[in-house]
Amino acid sequence: MNSLQSAREKISAGERLTRDELLALYAENDLLYLAESARRVKESKTGRKVFYVVNRHVNLTNVCSANCPLCAYQCRSGDDNRAFTLELDDVEKILTDAANVNGLSEIHIVSSLHPTKNFSYYVDAVKLVKKILPRVAVNAFTPVEIVNFAKISGMSVAEVLGELIAAGVTSLAGGGAEILSDRVRQIICPKKCTADEWLEVMRTAHSLNLPTNASMLYGHVETIEERVDHLLTLRQLQDETGGFVAMMLFPFHPSNTQLGSRFNLRRVGSWEDLKMLALTRLALDNFVHVKAFWVMLTLPIAQLALSFGADDLDGTLGEEKIIHAAGAQSSPSITRSQLETLIAETGYIPTERDSFYREV
Amino acid sequence: MLERIERKIFGGERLTREDGEFLFACNELTRIGALADHVRKKICGDEVLYNVNCHVNLTNICAARCKFCAFGRGGGDRGSYAMTIDEALKLVGEAAGNPNLSGVHIVSGLHPTWTFEHYVEFVAAIHEKFPALHVKGFTGVEIQHFATISGLSVEEILRRLKAAGLQAIAGGGAEILSDRVRNELCPKKCTADEWLNVARTAHRLGIPTNASMLYGHIETHAERVDHLLKLRDLQDETGGFRTFICFPFLPKNTALEHIRQTSMWDDLKTLAISRLMLDNFPNIKAYWVMLTVPVAQVALSFGANDIDGTIHRENILHEAGATSPRSLTEDEIIRIIREAGRIPRSTGGRS
Repeated sequence: MNSLQSAREKISAGERLTRDELLALYAENDLLYLAESARRVKESKTGRKVFYVVNRHVNLTNVCSANCPLCAYQCRSGDDNRAFTLELDDVEKILTDAANVNGLSEIHIVSSLHPTKNFSYYVDAVKLVKKILPRVAVNAFTPVEIVNFAKISGMSVAEVLGELIAAGVTSLAGGGAEILSDRVRQIICPKKCTADEWLEVMRTAHSLNLPTNASMLYGHVETIEERVDHLLTLRQLQDETGGFVAMMLFPFHPSNTQLGSRFNLRRVGSWEDLKMLALTRLALDNFVHVKAFWVMLTLPIAQLALSFGADDLDGTLGEEKIIHAAGAQSSPSITRSQLETLIAETGYIPTERDSFYREV
Repeated sequence: MLERIERKIFGGERLTREDGEFLFACNELTRIGALADHVRKKICGDEVLYNVNCHVNLTNICAARCKFCAFGRGGGDRGSYAMTIDEALKLVGEAAGNPNLSGVHIVSGLHPTWTFEHYVEFVAAIHEKFPALHVKGFTGVEIQHFATISGLSVEEILRRLKAAGLQAIAGGGAEILSDRVRNELCPKKCTADEWLNVARTAHRLGIPTNASMLYGHIETHAERVDHLLKLRDLQDETGGFRTFICFPFLPKNTALEHIRQTSMWDDLKTLAISRLMLDNFPNIKAYWVMLTVPVAQVALSFGANDIDGTIHRENILHEAGATSPRSLTEDEIIRIIREAGRIPRSTGGRS
């Protein structure tokens, strides 16, 4: 029996797929078969519900010492006319404003690796959230930032996480995984933490009962095998810890990036986006949630993604800067009722959630 | 019920009105899409048709002023225009700078003072100067209008246009083939029967035509199904339709701006159902201008086997807030088709 036949049989039986089987499904390119299979998996995990969260994104700074070729957001120095760094007063203003948002349940903080700010700056920002919004969950910092905090503070990853938990962080962000292959990371983000370091931060977080998300950035210089290996690496860690909550896919937006111009990259098409989403849903059988991040996909494609295995449209955001710097076309925020309409049109049940996927 | 429809499709059995209405009410989008994809494979294979073409809109001055239109203007209105023959030739000449240009698509407002002869002159001039280009032009609405203003029969109109170089009739103007809807939205346009009669007459004269459906305004799902059935019946009779195109209504800058634009969910479902109902149409087009390029690409797995063309410069729908580009390069179209695992095939203007 070839890999494709065994893949189809395993999908019918609800069994785990191997690397070869996932690659065979990718190569076959039967988009609606993948969709239909992924949708069944989604419904077996979360039924007819589709989740969203009322949240706010806070990006503390865009000044960055990593200077990744994949990124359009960072500035090398504070002198750049696009550069910004929020002081704690500014953060306080944003949070006070966010306190007026009806039903706000999560603040999401991700930022660049600022060359001179101390670890205490980030801890204080989290403490401010807890002071101004004591009931709001804090989903913050990717493992790339955590590794940077360990480096600049001289503390261990576990100590960094311990301090952040004490300050009020309730889950870690899933970004910075990119492709968990050091070959790829050398090209797209040579100064970021290694694949093993990223995984080790997640493992440590999970051991401290700090849930995290996971992600994949695809559509640049990686091979299809590297995408599949990335998914399998995440699946393996999830088997070990069970600490991942949701998976997100980030299609690479090449505009304004060094990587895009160096390799003459184009944004992959919606076909590829939906195919990767369905394949991810099929590969990650031990993840409960897979997000269709509408900022990346645009609202129409995010809506379609609900029939390709996604069960979460993420949030209302407020203001998103990172992906828009790379030419994302979606509007930077959306209202609760727009999200609800979008979900209801698909026949699924719009379900507002908190940071931990509890219904609110 | 969906299982029953699945059995019918796999058994090659024709769907009924009830089946069509059930599908519109059903939200199993990917299952409906997979059925349409199955039918597409059977009827069209894996090639996806595209065109290196150029749209020519001779004038936006229009006597009909339909509620769903953002393109039409009154004669003295800001932004109104009426091309001269030289201007039309210049536009086509510009597009013909691309050596692969193979087709011209001419649709326009119903100009209140132009004579039928004037339209014939446009066709003749374009055909004479660019004899290699396939000239498709005029919707059933325009043809009926020419008959009205000239006092000639539809048949005579079509014969004269054909003699001047016209090779196919455009698919627009069908809107919803229901006089209830037409009285409400486009009372000055030809009736449903008149539109069908133009297509029937063209087919009899050996002139192929396209067909379309404008949906997402005031029509009911039953009216959409009824529309598809009218087209299917006529196709049974004549076999002269080449391509069916779904037009989701774009409300911006129209008299119906309060209507919410259709969701992509509805767009793909409608396209898939069209492929399933129109079992006698050779081609179903995903018109990227209206659907946007990302959705048109995905539509290739929901029953579409044609993605239209490069267009050169689209005007009509960009007046209604279309967010897609005004043109695509051939390379871009080929890349979109290949990513979907399909085989690009240029139609030489014939789609």
